[in-house]
Amino acid sequence: MSPDSKPQSPGGSLLRRVADFFVNGNAVVITVLAFVSALVIGAIIVVLATPQATRAWGDLLARPGAALGASARAVAGAYGSLFVGSIGSPGSIARAIASGRASDFANAFRPLSETLVSTTPLMLAGLGIALAFRAGLFDIGGQGQLILGASGATLAGFLLPGLPQAFHLPFAILAGAAFGAAWGFIPGVLKARTGAHEVITSMMMNYIAFNLLTWLLTTELYQAPPRDQTVSKTVAASAHLPLIAGQGLRVNLGIVLAGLIAFGVSWLLRRSTLGFRFRMLGLNREAARVAGVDIELHYVLAMTFAGLLVGLAGAFMILGVDFRLSPSYGGTIGFDAITVAILGRGSPLGVALSALLFGAFDAGGRTMQVNTGIPLQLVEVLQAVLVLFVAAPGVIRTIYRIRVARSGRRVFGGWAG
Amino acid sequence: MSLDPDSRVPDAAERLPGERPREPGGDFAVSLRDLAALRRRGLGVALFVLAAIDLLVFARGSRAGERTTFGLSALPGIPLPPLHLAVLPTVVVLGVLCALLALAQLLWKANRRTYLPLGVGLVLTGVAFLAWAGKGQTVDIEGLLMTSLIEAVPLTLGALAGLLCERSGVINIAIEGQFLVAAFFGALIGSASHDLWLGLLSGAIAGGLIGLVLAVFTITYAADQVIVGVVIDAFALGLTTFFLQSLLVPDQATLNSPSVFPPIGIPLLDRLPIVGPLLFNQNIFVYLTIAILIVVQVALFQTRWGLRARAVGEHPRAADTVGINVTLVRYRNVILGGIVAGIGGASFTIGSTGQFSSNMTAGLGYIALAAMIFGRWRPLGALGAALLFGFCDALQFALSVLNVPIPSEFLTMFPYLATILAVAGLVGRVMAPAADGRPYARE
Repeated sequence: MSPDSKPQSPGGSLLRRVADFFVNGNAVVITVLAFVSALVIGAIIVVLATPQATRAWGDLLARPGAALGASARAVAGAYGSLFVGSIGSPGSIARAIASGRASDFANAFRPLSETLVSTTPLMLAGLGIALAFRAGLFDIGGQGQLILGASGATLAGFLLPGLPQAFHLPFAILAGAAFGAAWGFIPGVLKARTGAHEVITSMMMNYIAFNLLTWLLTTELYQAPPRDQTVSKTVAASAHLPLIAGQGLRVNLGIVLAGLIAFGVSWLLRRSTLGFRFRMLGLNREAARVAGVDIELHYVLAMTFAGLLVGLAGAFMILGVDFRLSPSYGGTIGFDAITVAILGRGSPLGVALSALLFGAFDAGGRTMQVNTGIPLQLVEVLQAVLVLFVAAPGVIRTIYRIRVARSGRRVFGGWAG
Repeated sequence: MSLDPDSRVPDAAERLPGERPREPGGDFAVSLRDLAALRRRGLGVALFVLAAIDLLVFARGSRAGERTTFGLSALPGIPLPPLHLAVLPTVVVLGVLCALLALAQLLWKANRRTYLPLGVGLVLTGVAFLAWAGKGQTVDIEGLLMTSLIEAVPLTLGALAGLLCERSGVINIAIEGQFLVAAFFGALIGSASHDLWLGLLSGAIAGGLIGLVLAVFTITYAADQVIVGVVIDAFALGLTTFFLQSLLVPDQATLNSPSVFPPIGIPLLDRLPIVGPLLFNQNIFVYLTIAILIVVQVALFQTRWGLRARAVGEHPRAADTVGINVTLVRYRNVILGGIVAGIGGASFTIGSTGQFSSNMTAGLGYIALAAMIFGRWRPLGALGAALLFGFCDALQFALSVLNVPIPSEFLTMFPYLATILAVAGLVGRVMAPAADGRPYARE
């Protein structure tokens, strides 16, 4: 054990303890510093991509103020519209509350609504991948599980029109969960039976799912009637997730259910026997085996649960927002969910907060692109840098000269593990 | 220090040579002979399945009198007359050959080569498939092989990049990111400077820099190698698309339109039928790939350098004990791997399309990783896997011309299914370097 990880004495004045909290570093401090570092790197990238700013830096010696001013304007424009696009402008929110008109209200809260809409699948998929992390498994197949979940929910959604919503919606959600679980089950069972590493098998399952989707969208079963476009039939209204903030905003019951599911996963991991065994597996496989845990069975269960949760993410996207499948459905959400799970350090609460942050980034990024012309991908860079620093706290420790408790679990022990 | 991750690596003596690495102390001690027999039987069954596909699907689906024409000279070179094959006899003969191969595999106990019969079986089935699929039409064999080879170039280089890293014990999932960044800089520098060699050089350097980032995070700071790799890929995708949109798109003509390396014919040899245009009239990337392949193969297995690199990948503590600088070897190999992947990445722009577009590698970096595993962490195996994967991809285009009643998506799935089968141990032994993925810390 390194000397840094010495437990701190509980004594000392409150001030001293508060100082220790920040100086020694912990998960929160590391995350905040990583976030600051990501914003700094993002700012440099924005400046590099803004011609006015780079030109001003060209004659830095002649007019140093102009260079700094142009850079500051570019960065403030980018981050400002990220904020306005994800949370909303305080002014219009205040006006909406004062006037009380529904249209003002919808416009003022649209950014928040969009943030929550983007958060929903990230949270569910992130929870799935975090659950696998906790069991010592790296589920890199979120993309495929999400596609399968979306396909299952779509199928149930258009195949059974006319059912009452009370049956149809839960059925469609369950169908998505089942399809996703099946896609997670396969790498799990391969690992348990043959030792095939789940990173490779689940990654390959992504590409298989991707091709399966492309094919499904050409079949009579899925393809929308004139069959000239590669989109699926549309989910019947009785399987839609109800809107929760009025017709003008897309935010739907999905985010509420996702929050409840986060509590469920938290309970599962902290309070249930199954969750306890998952954690045993993640912390020390050998100890778990010696203690009598059927580790092969729990590999399968953990991957199936992970697939189920990621499948739910796909189902909620279909049933809440998109209502039909299109080629390469889901974009990179299955991959982003991995970064959400890492940023959340595998804890359900952490995952929920990280998903909220990434959801805000996503919604804000779209506004930023429209308002300032800075490409949406700035957000991807910010997220990647943030997670890179969180995954390697030693780098933050070196940059900011703080002592960091050696913490965190090893997720991955090599292909052989 | 029993908690040190490194100490969990079982000693060579503990682990049977043929055993898939399992958790030490597990009750999986299958004897070497059992495993070899199991593998031989598995391969025999796989070959029988191929034979059955030949005879039951292809042969039953063809009638006497049907013919397929194999075009052999789509490219310049001494022309060969096209080959006219009667479908039914061809398919039956190939199917029977495949069945005989399966039988030999099951009965001949001394046979230890598992990949050679598999390769032969796959080729037999492939030819039978083409004969069946191209009934009454012309299959452009040479064009098919050409496309496979072009597709295989970045895959081989990516797989070699992964192999260089993993042989020294660092998992490189960042190949995709190295491809993208190198493709980007290859196009940008090659276009802005009007010098393709400068473009190639900057692509290689860009790949090497990503390798350096991977090395710093995973070796010096011991961060999780797979996580860092995945995040680097996301970073590279975001960064290249960001600068494509903000810098290159407004000025495509000067910043994103490099020329493309022209093919270089090797005198006389390029006149040979079939192999001439395929192997001796290609652009610099094909020759570079062959050269790098040979260098890596020889360096890893015939030199002291390679022995040291492999020792670090298998048992870093032992290597450290005899005085090898584990950190240095790992840094060197990861950066070298990045450079190799960078050359592969540059081929996407200045080797073929001549323009960078968003996410243009489309996951080929991950497929290169699969090729490395399918090729069992060996350079020649990686080449074989890359050619097979490239062929599947090329076939997809050929089939869309031929009107085959198989959705092309299922063919595209083949490399992924094959990789899953390979890591599941159904065909041959797939074993990673023992310390792959484990950071090393001195005591």
